[in-house]
Amino acid sequence: MMSLETRLASLRTTAPASVADGALVAVGLADRYAPVESPLGDAFVAWNGRGVSWVGLAGDPAEFEETFRAHTGRSISRAEALPADLSRAITRRLAGDRRATIKLDLRGATSFEAAVWRKTLEIPRGEVRPYGWIAAEIGNPRAVRAVGTALAHNPVPLVVPCHRVVRSDGTIGRYSMGGAGNKRRILAAEGLDPEALETEASAGVRFIGSDTTHIVCLPTCRHARAITSPHRVRFGSLAAAREAGYRACKRCRPVSLAA
Amino acid sequence: MDTDVRLAARLAADLDRAFPALVNDHRDRLYTIALRILGDPRDAEEVAQDALVRAYRAIAGYPPTRTIELRLRPWLAAIAVNLARNRRRRHDDRRPPVQLEALLSDGFDRADEAAPDGPASALRRERVADLAELLLELPPAIRVAVVLRHVDGLSVAETAEALGRPEGTVKAQVSRGLDRLRILISAEATANPASHPQVSAGRGFAAAEVLA
Repeated sequence: MMSLETRLASLRTTAPASVADGALVAVGLADRYAPVESPLGDAFVAWNGRGVSWVGLAGDPAEFEETFRAHTGRSISRAEALPADLSRAITRRLAGDRRATIKLDLRGATSFEAAVWRKTLEIPRGEVRPYGWIAAEIGNPRAVRAVGTALAHNPVPLVVPCHRVVRSDGTIGRYSMGGAGNKRRILAAEGLDPEALETEASAGVRFIGSDTTHIVCLPTCRHARAITSPHRVRFGSLAAAREAGYRACKRCRPVSLAA
Repeated sequence: MDTDVRLAARLAADLDRAFPALVNDHRDRLYTIALRILGDPRDAEEVAQDALVRAYRAIAGYPPTRTIELRLRPWLAAIAVNLARNRRRRHDDRRPPVQLEALLSDGFDRADEAAPDGPASALRRERVADLAELLLELPPAIRVAVVLRHVDGLSVAETAEALGRPEGTVKAQVSRGLDRLRILISAEATANPASHPQVSAGRGFAAAEVLA
């Protein structure tokens, strides 16, 4: 007869693979990814228990996984779909609802990069801000070039809308996720006319004011776009607007920009 | 040096690097502890995963001097037992102990792939399931002590530490549990001899192998 103690010891069993995988993902030592719809077609979104960790165009899964591993050093596996709450939050964000909170896993970022990305999250859908605006807002007005570099390294494009940051001369500028053409496509999908923006900028217009309120805005500020054409006043610099008796909009907070 | 002592030192030095080793070394026993306390594989899966996550978060908040002193086996068992206890309280009023059919359909039939020898493997499974079921008939406090001491294989001292009970209490509870199980086994064998063949030492096999 096998002893009862031995029989009890034989009740040991092995855990399903999901126990280890699930625990490592939950603590942020491994990631999962799944596709989500975006204005650029499907995008792959990677996440772990700490938040969204990587976003890329949904092309070749092997290539996405390889890029992820090379940048984070963590393992990643394909999932059927995003967790429902995360998927909902991303859809709401892409639709312009900035109250939808999405946790981000920004380990490995410098504090400067994290500050740039957080500030970028504040830019409303359908509007753009110049690199210099981000630099000024995070209290580092001379770091315009570094802002551009930080945005080029944004691990979570679309979620952190780096496509809404444009060059200080008003041209649309480069985009890390598939190039400048994609940047234009997303901005157009968000209700902007990139061509018209660039045309106006090339004519030297950097700020728009209203001659009824005497408030001056960045061109894509919701308040600027609400000004009817007879009352639109165009300025090449903030100094010129101030001289004409205009004060800066408190919503878009225009700053002087070195082009 | 004991594996867990070495692992505790590695966790204290670099949690993120060492944690996968903790998962690897302890996931099966945490799953087993939860499964034998709760009876339901899905609940056990969640408890085991949650226990590992809580362990990570706890260590993340500990100074290295505390982590290095951790006795991982009883400490992790305590986390799993507490989670299983909370879950059992939530479930108690709405479910009877798990049925054999449920065990077979919830992953226990992997034995068929490992040892596809028809009726014989079915019998082995049944026998394992029987003892697992009888275990679920023990009162919770006693069941937990038996599971830690004899299924997981902790020492009396470690079981006492994991449960926060005096060693004397643990010894008494384990011994009462074993007595109770022997009574249940013989009652079962008398009631239904066909479903409960005796296991001879000569034909003995590790059920864990069948289940793996």
